[in-house]
Amino acid sequence: MRRSWKIFWTLVIGLPLAAFVVWGLWDNTRLFAVTLLNGLTLASLYFIVAAGFTLVFGLMRNVNLAHGSLYLLGGYVGFLVAQHTGWFVLALAAGFAGAALVGLLMQVSVFRFMPGQDLRQTMVTIALSIIIADVLLWWLGATVHQMDAPGWLSGPLRDIPLIKAYSKYRLMLLPIGIAIGVALWLFLNRTRVGMMIRAGVDDRAMLSAAGVNVNVLFAVTFAIGAGLAGLGGVIGAVELSMVPGEDVRLLLASLIVVIIGGMGSVVGAALGATILGVAETYGLTYAPTYSVVFTFLILVLVLAFRPRGFLGRPA
Amino acid sequence: MSAANWRNAMNSGAGRAAMRSAGGGTLVAGNRGLTPISAGWNFGGIFASVRPRHIVVLAFLLAYPWFATPFFTFQIGAQSLALGLIALSLTFLGGYGGMVSLAQMTVAGIAGYGVAIFGAASAVDAAISLGWPWWVAVLISIAIATLCATFIGWLSVRTEGIYTIMITLAVGVAFYYLCLQNYSVFNGFQGFQRVQAPTVLGVNLRDPLPFYYLVLFWSLAGYFLVKYLLRAPFGIALQGIRDNPRRMNALGFNVTAHRVAAYAVAGVMAAVAGVLLVWYNGLIGPGSVGTSWIINILIIAVLGGMRHPIGAFIGAIVFVLLQTFAIDVFDRERFNLVIGVVFLVIVLFSPDGLLGWWSGIKSKFPTRGGVR
Repeated sequence: MRRSWKIFWTLVIGLPLAAFVVWGLWDNTRLFAVTLLNGLTLASLYFIVAAGFTLVFGLMRNVNLAHGSLYLLGGYVGFLVAQHTGWFVLALAAGFAGAALVGLLMQVSVFRFMPGQDLRQTMVTIALSIIIADVLLWWLGATVHQMDAPGWLSGPLRDIPLIKAYSKYRLMLLPIGIAIGVALWLFLNRTRVGMMIRAGVDDRAMLSAAGVNVNVLFAVTFAIGAGLAGLGGVIGAVELSMVPGEDVRLLLASLIVVIIGGMGSVVGAALGATILGVAETYGLTYAPTYSVVFTFLILVLVLAFRPRGFLGRPA
Repeated sequence: MSAANWRNAMNSGAGRAAMRSAGGGTLVAGNRGLTPISAGWNFGGIFASVRPRHIVVLAFLLAYPWFATPFFTFQIGAQSLALGLIALSLTFLGGYGGMVSLAQMTVAGIAGYGVAIFGAASAVDAAISLGWPWWVAVLISIAIATLCATFIGWLSVRTEGIYTIMITLAVGVAFYYLCLQNYSVFNGFQGFQRVQAPTVLGVNLRDPLPFYYLVLFWSLAGYFLVKYLLRAPFGIALQGIRDNPRRMNALGFNVTAHRVAAYAVAGVMAAVAGVLLVWYNGLIGPGSVGTSWIINILIIAVLGGMRHPIGAFIGAIVFVLLQTFAIDVFDRERFNLVIGVVFLVIVLFSPDGLLGWWSGIKSKFPTRGGVR
């Protein structure tokens, strides 16, 4: 793109944004700041879920449209565990393990037998998402389940400058998201398995020729990706709520995050989640009945100028 | 796993060409060998290709409402044909254009909402509905829906293959949430009730018999449009683009323009079907364009098989029969489970749907007609 066009589009997109920020700060500084914090914490949840999605896609070219169902499954498992034991940390672990187990089963029993057929694999994930969603509905009913935050995280945190009081649990999402992001980055960049996964993203044939058992690697990746969805489910079970339909919402979020950020890139997922979370929250606060339009606009703009997302590479 | 399979698996991500041959191979691009640009079909000899079974099917379709009960005419017949028309637009895009779009139900939904918003709905919604004459509302709705379909196409052809599903699904779900959230235009969760077919020239299109023939007419129109397009230069170029976009580009075809045009054509079909469907249901709301219906259209198309336009209608009939009668056998609440399992079985064991299953049987018992 020519330089002048770049400046033109930056102005067209940037000026209204800047005007909105100035107006928002002037109009109600506290509301603006709280919304920003809400957006970032929501982004944190989106990142955790979408990171698993993008990891699986990057390595296996498998668009796992059952990702939302795995999110819901993890949430329910965590909810049941927390109800019986009362330990939040145990619930987190159980949510991760439950979803990871189902993901592992999916990989070992189905996807292994249709390698390289990405369209067919995607259809299978659609079928599985319908089945999982309906089984969950059968099992736990259509009622809203809400998990309580653990004692040490419940209630508001007071005496923050400007914002005054903010939910401790919600605030905690931010470090959790960052921690998971850093852990994932370290895992991918500093461990042997992570190295294999990165190599697999670049060139699967070469990795296999180098003597790596790709099937085991796929299974591990799928389990981690599904587990992250489950973990997100437990975290979201407290913050949002668990009810059939949430799976679609998180699936949409994951899709948009990876379209914006670029497929297969964990850093891209973080960037995409931040943009989506912040945009959605501001939309809900300032223009409640049109908030999806902003999400959609972002999608259109990204696809128009960066069809592969911000950090995407040619597949 | 055989060595060839393994190689396919390993290379599928490495290159787009490999992905097309391995990935789309079984489901979408698999009809490469099955839709020959048949030498026998030209427009002078259009009747030469009419076989007895074509006449039988047509006669059956025309005579159907005279021996079926109104319930079967309306609930099974008309609904199958309307859903089949939407699925046909997906078959056209997916089977012949290589672009599996999940936004076809959304396009149909936009047309349906258009009819409710521009035309007349129940008194409660009158504040939103503009109450224009039905034919103005229908024409404007179809035009808007087609424009939206073209725009969705323009968006999604910027990327390829598996990305198309993701982008169109994102668009579809985003539209669902917009309908759910927005009360000033889409009337939120409620949607619009009592969106009824008009009375034209003294014929009440709400009655099962006229409505069935109306839907039948447009379904046949859609079917023959697709049949015609597949033999027209546009359709042949489109199938070429499905099989090898780079080569078609090198030959001087504008790949993007063909793809967007395919979205527009499919959009018209989906929009017409959307109007028919909203008249059939008598209402439209977020539930009509929600994920389950977005996916149901895909299920219908895949169930029947994307290798031939008739597959969409076969899939629709099976789907509607399942929807109507399977719930008597199973629990009423568990329809989604049934349809999910059926879809899974089809995708796993017969990727070409019922048509593929049928031709599999046929190839075991060769007939004099041969494979066609």
